[in-house]
Amino acid sequence: MKRFPEYYSFWHYSGHYALRVVAFLVLVFLMLPILVIMPLSFNSEPFFTFTEGMLSLDPDAYSLRWYQEILDDQKWQLAIRNSFAVGIAAALIATTLGTLAAVGLSSPWMPYKRLITALLLSPMIVPLIIIAAGMFFFYTRFNLVGTFTGLIIAHAALGVPFVIITVTATLSGFDRSLFSAGLSLGAQPVKVFWDIVIPLIRPGVIAGGLFAFVTSFDEVVLVLFLAGPEQRTIPRQMFSGLREQINPTILAVATLLVVLSATLLFTLEALRRRSARLSGSA
Amino acid sequence: MKDTGPETFLRFDNVKKSYDQKNLVVKGFDMDVRDGEFITLLGPSGSGKTTVLMMLAGFESVTSGDIAIAGKSINKTAPNKRNIGMVFQNYALFPHMTVAENLAYPLKVRKLPKAQVRDRVAEYLDLVELSEFGDRRPGQLSGGQRQRVALARAMIFEPTLILMDEPLGALDKNLREQMQFEITRLHKQMGFTVIYVTHDQTEALSMSSRIAVFNDGIVQQCAPPAELYEHPANAFVAEFIGENNFIPGTVITRDATSAKVQTDGGTIVAQAAEGLTEGSACRVSIRPEKLFIPPTNHDYDNALTVRFNTRIYVGDFIRYYFKLTDGTDIIVKVLNDLSAPDFDNGAEAQLLWLASDCIAFPAG
Repeated sequence: MKRFPEYYSFWHYSGHYALRVVAFLVLVFLMLPILVIMPLSFNSEPFFTFTEGMLSLDPDAYSLRWYQEILDDQKWQLAIRNSFAVGIAAALIATTLGTLAAVGLSSPWMPYKRLITALLLSPMIVPLIIIAAGMFFFYTRFNLVGTFTGLIIAHAALGVPFVIITVTATLSGFDRSLFSAGLSLGAQPVKVFWDIVIPLIRPGVIAGGLFAFVTSFDEVVLVLFLAGPEQRTIPRQMFSGLREQINPTILAVATLLVVLSATLLFTLEALRRRSARLSGSA
Repeated sequence: MKDTGPETFLRFDNVKKSYDQKNLVVKGFDMDVRDGEFITLLGPSGSGKTTVLMMLAGFESVTSGDIAIAGKSINKTAPNKRNIGMVFQNYALFPHMTVAENLAYPLKVRKLPKAQVRDRVAEYLDLVELSEFGDRRPGQLSGGQRQRVALARAMIFEPTLILMDEPLGALDKNLREQMQFEITRLHKQMGFTVIYVTHDQTEALSMSSRIAVFNDGIVQQCAPPAELYEHPANAFVAEFIGENNFIPGTVITRDATSAKVQTDGGTIVAQAAEGLTEGSACRVSIRPEKLFIPPTNHDYDNALTVRFNTRIYVGDFIRYYFKLTDGTDIIVKVLNDLSAPDFDNGAEAQLLWLASDCIAFPAG
């Protein structure tokens, strides 16, 4: 354990430990609701509570039946497929558009930079319910309500701000003279962009894409407004699962989602470190 | 527009640059560069020298005037079509590529066959003495090595013109001298034309065929290093290049080449600069190393009585600080040998020098 400075009094010590306790409590408060669903998803009974068997660690009280349920149920199957299809399509669109926007916005000659940035970031700030209502009325005119196209476009719009933020952050460390250097060596601007700019901002682009995917993946408000039964996604299925057929399948799905999110988070962190290493050595 | 002489390779014709359509950053730059010359644009920061380089590279547009290479205007040529090599201030090496890939990039862009690219990269790595480092990333190299990679990359596609934007600014003093030597060697060996931008006059003096001294968007003088140092055209150049003392005075008489100047300490004879008129105020410039303290057997035309202030031991020479009767500081550099005298605080001394070593410039 770290040695304390010589001048520490009783109050210094108690302050030090009090801070630790409070920090730990905050962490528990944040994590407990997530952690508690994990053991519950292995419940062999159709309840949302810990049974006596579970508490006494009886192996028979635990089972994988709710995970089996996901695999067997057509509705869940459809929801999972939809979530991935919509999420990936929306993330691809958001990544492409967001990256281009970020590159444009970081150019020193870009006029009305603040205004355009504010507009592009607005989907992150404007309450979702307002976006959803607005899009609903807008989409009815174009017959986009209840279509995959409509849902993907809507989710892409939600994802764009994340891509802009992460790509702008990597671009801020990008040395513009590298672009000039590429030109002076005889490469066309588009070629310089592909050969030099894209490889160097790739960590930001991928991070933005992952954020955009996650945003679409756990989005429920827009889905409620814009999607028909055909476009049911995982969150939408969980929502109706809670109201219609209360069983721990939802917990099993939730556990899988937590695992997926954690994986994405670690991927992001690994990317961030890689990017820091690359730019640090530049 | 003047006729382009056959020996002129690069020509700037009344080139002007304004960023805001109001103030000119470069106010009418004219220059004819011969093939194979080493031209340095020297000046304090904000004097317009980098802007000239950027216009030549194509990264800044020309507001008015014309830049021509081999008689053809390049004003409307895209930077990637100009075929001009450039060494950037911070090297601008591509950090995600190895040294060899960095060198190969301009060749791949020009679609050279693979075998030829490999040979050429090996040849240029050898040229800058980095043959062992082809597989390293720029991040794994020292500053001097990166600088040499940047040089090789700017040369490898064999451009006839290479631009350098303060390329040695980030290096320490020893390395800088070494790289000056290296650049001079490559320039002599390969025979390309160099336009070099710097604010370091030592660098400019030791490397250039000609130096253009910039101030406030205007070229104050463009001349070979020795001429710039010995015969500065105006007080700015005299003050900016090397060290100089300025003695205030009034012109009594002047003829074609020389002037008699009345100072507080007596009358002195100096070379007359352009624009000097009889009866007007002037400043006489004299280099610290051209002043002698008696006893000395050097010839002299001028003598002034000064008061000793302090002396600083530098090592290879000693710097003496004197004051004129009107309070002006005078610095004298004396080689550190047995002739370097000692003075008591406030002691009177004589300073001697030749009329041909000092120039009278109009004051103001």
